[in-house]
Amino acid sequence: MDPARKRKIRLAVALGAAVCLAAALVYTSFSAATEASKPSQIAPGRSYELTGKVVPGSIRHEGDDLRFRVRDRDGTASVPVAYTGVVPDPFRDGREVIVSGELKHGTFVAERDSLVTKCPSKFTKDEERS
Amino acid sequence: MAGVGSACLLVGLLTAIYAGGASLYGARTGRREWATSGRRAIYCLAGLTVSAFAILEAAFLRSDFSFALVAEGSSTDTPSFYKVTAVWATQDGSLLLWSTLLALFSSAVLFLTRRSLRDIAPYATAVLAGVAAFFLLLMVAWENPFDTLAAPPAEGAGLNPLLRHPAMMIHPPMLYTGYVGFSVPFAFAVGALVTRQTGADWIRATRRFALVAWTFLGAGILLGALWSYTELGWGGYWAWDPVENASLMPWLVGTAFLHSIMVQEKRGMLKVWNASLICGTFVLALLGTFLVRSGILNSIHAFGASTIGVQFLVFIGLVVALSVALILARLPDLRSEARLDSLISREAFFLLNNLVLVGLCLVIMWGTFFPLISEAITGNEQSVGPPWFDRLTTPLALVLVALAGIGPVLAWRRVTWSSLRRVLVAPLAVAGAALVLLLAFTDAADSTSSLLMFCFVAFVLGVVGQELWRGTSARRVMTGEAWPRALARLTGRNRRRYGGYLVHAGIAVLLLGVAASSAFLDQRDVRLSPGQSFDVGGYHVTYREPKAQLGGDDAGTGAPVSLGAVLDVRKGGKHFTLRPWRNYYASRDPSLGAISRFFEGEANSEVDVRWGLRRDFWLAVRPDLGPLQRQIREADTKFASSSGDVQALVIAALAERYRNDPPPAAFRAIVSPMVAWIWIGGAIVVLGALVAGWPSPEARLRRVRSLYSARLGRELSRA
Repeated sequence: MDPARKRKIRLAVALGAAVCLAAALVYTSFSAATEASKPSQIAPGRSYELTGKVVPGSIRHEGDDLRFRVRDRDGTASVPVAYTGVVPDPFRDGREVIVSGELKHGTFVAERDSLVTKCPSKFTKDEERS
Repeated sequence: MAGVGSACLLVGLLTAIYAGGASLYGARTGRREWATSGRRAIYCLAGLTVSAFAILEAAFLRSDFSFALVAEGSSTDTPSFYKVTAVWATQDGSLLLWSTLLALFSSAVLFLTRRSLRDIAPYATAVLAGVAAFFLLLMVAWENPFDTLAAPPAEGAGLNPLLRHPAMMIHPPMLYTGYVGFSVPFAFAVGALVTRQTGADWIRATRRFALVAWTFLGAGILLGALWSYTELGWGGYWAWDPVENASLMPWLVGTAFLHSIMVQEKRGMLKVWNASLICGTFVLALLGTFLVRSGILNSIHAFGASTIGVQFLVFIGLVVALSVALILARLPDLRSEARLDSLISREAFFLLNNLVLVGLCLVIMWGTFFPLISEAITGNEQSVGPPWFDRLTTPLALVLVALAGIGPVLAWRRVTWSSLRRVLVAPLAVAGAALVLLLAFTDAADSTSSLLMFCFVAFVLGVVGQELWRGTSARRVMTGEAWPRALARLTGRNRRRYGGYLVHAGIAVLLLGVAASSAFLDQRDVRLSPGQSFDVGGYHVTYREPKAQLGGDDAGTGAPVSLGAVLDVRKGGKHFTLRPWRNYYASRDPSLGAISRFFEGEANSEVDVRWGLRRDFWLAVRPDLGPLQRQIREADTKFASSSGDVQALVIAALAERYRNDPPPAAFRAIVSPMVAWIWIGGAIVVLGALVAGWPSPEARLRRVRSLYSARLGRELSRA
């Protein structure tokens, strides 16, 4: 085979591989992704990644369960959350959290260990300025 | 002193601008003295930034709360060790650290190249000065670390307890050293492109800097993983968090760069690719710094929303645009001096490894920015979780490990099948033996990807072992030296080669730890009262007694209250005791009661780990303060206006009550196999990088001699 043709084939193979990788990337990411939603946006029947702030004074322990309410970052709509599993260290009243789960009978039933807390904002400037 | 610090920064900014201007003018007009003056201005800049940094450190150590930064990020009760580190926990302080390191690195490289690369160096000086000027401008105009408070508070807010960990002392400076270090090869690449001297000179001059940057960045990432494992209380070391990813991306592309520059050095190929890689690495390093500070992606690291996001984006955009334009304009000068002869050759495998590394980086980048991408496409912010990352990166990592084994034993240009057989038979046999043993004696077959990884790791170790053995025995035959001496001499004389082997072995060991610990860990979350037990991973764990301690936790982080537990762990005849703690840091929130502020503030886990080569036993505790709440509230009202001593007594009484009448506590126990090998592998990588990068006087002598003999030969042939 002459070298020029060989190079063309190599190029085609490389480009083909790149296109396959890109397609896999796009396909898997859109199919695996969960949507981040505010408490005011969720409805029963599908899973969500709920984001918002923990309503102060709403945290209760019930056996191994943790109950709290999450409200919109910039609103008043809130939803009760039932959660089991490990609680991140910075979890507190008023903290911004992300938790995955599904709305069942008016309560957001969270997947085990899915709670993520955004870092304490006590140490940031904006908090102090505001 | 704050005024002096601000002045240092302002003068530093002017110095950087002068350095850039003078070197460009010198390079354009050919007036060397201007280029020299520009270079010396960079030394000056290093002096100024180091002074500014020292002033800030001193203010932190003195707890001078008239500095806004000190009041925000430190306090008198923060231990001295953490006062030092608190400087770079703040945004302004970390910008100053960036600039200081950049000025130091720039000075070092410009000093070392002061007699060589006379055409390229002035442009590199200008690039480095430009980057430094940007960071100084950020501080002077928007984020001055020397801002003062008109009314200094009596006490500062304290360092975020999460950051009170020994690894935090060195993790951020190491990452920054890595990020900053890559600006050196970037600057020289730009210089080489501008002057059309696209040979391997700039690579030889900056290879070591790239290697140092790569080592620091890698070690920094690993220390971050160690911090996550021992401090964050969830038990993992990697979570595909945006900021973790942001530090991994430049490291991956930097790894590709370190490999492909060898092809340019040896064969004069891949010049466009190398220039693109180093520009990409530098841009990703900037992006990493930006992501930590911007808060545009949800991350544990978003330590505060930034006020300088826009400026950063503009600068990154500028760097990308200029790099692309420069590479496109110089395409004709970047033609390869040779062609790929065969697909089974070292350069072809280096190219393949490059593609996999860059592919890995692209995958991670896509996942990291997916919330932004999906919002742009569908209008809804969506995100992909760790399972997605695991699924896509595992196959690429497997290919990479296989290549790490095959690549180094292939010859340049082309390989014959018989020589290929000769070098691959033994390592393949090792991998096969590993497979058989794993299948026969362990349950490694439960996870196919881990099983494959184990075999590939065995293959890489087989290759490295075989190379060391062959080289050493050949040397013994020739010199009659003893084994250790022959091995040391062999490595010492071929540092890049054997250092490289060590790095490959280290990465293989590291991935061995990752594969074993991610696929075969046992984890349990339980709530126990004292006396109760549970089983995890073959261990029998009993909650023996609760603990409470005031003022002085074991880790020395300055926590006023620590609650903990003592647990007995048994397996077969083995027996050990673990003491996990949870530290409570007083809140300064005035709305909380005088006593409850000690329990309602920040709290974080001091996990206890039984380290082992075969497996770690990891244990964290979360005491339940619920039953104590009533007493705490009562104390709030009763002792609201009491003196500090009385309040301390009340807290001691509460702690005593917790000890005597303990409510059930929540525990998380993890038995994860071979985690220790991640850290050991990392140490081997650093050792290998040291060997590969350590200057070798013999090599320099050889280079000088060969240059002289070449010149002598030319002159003789002319005569």
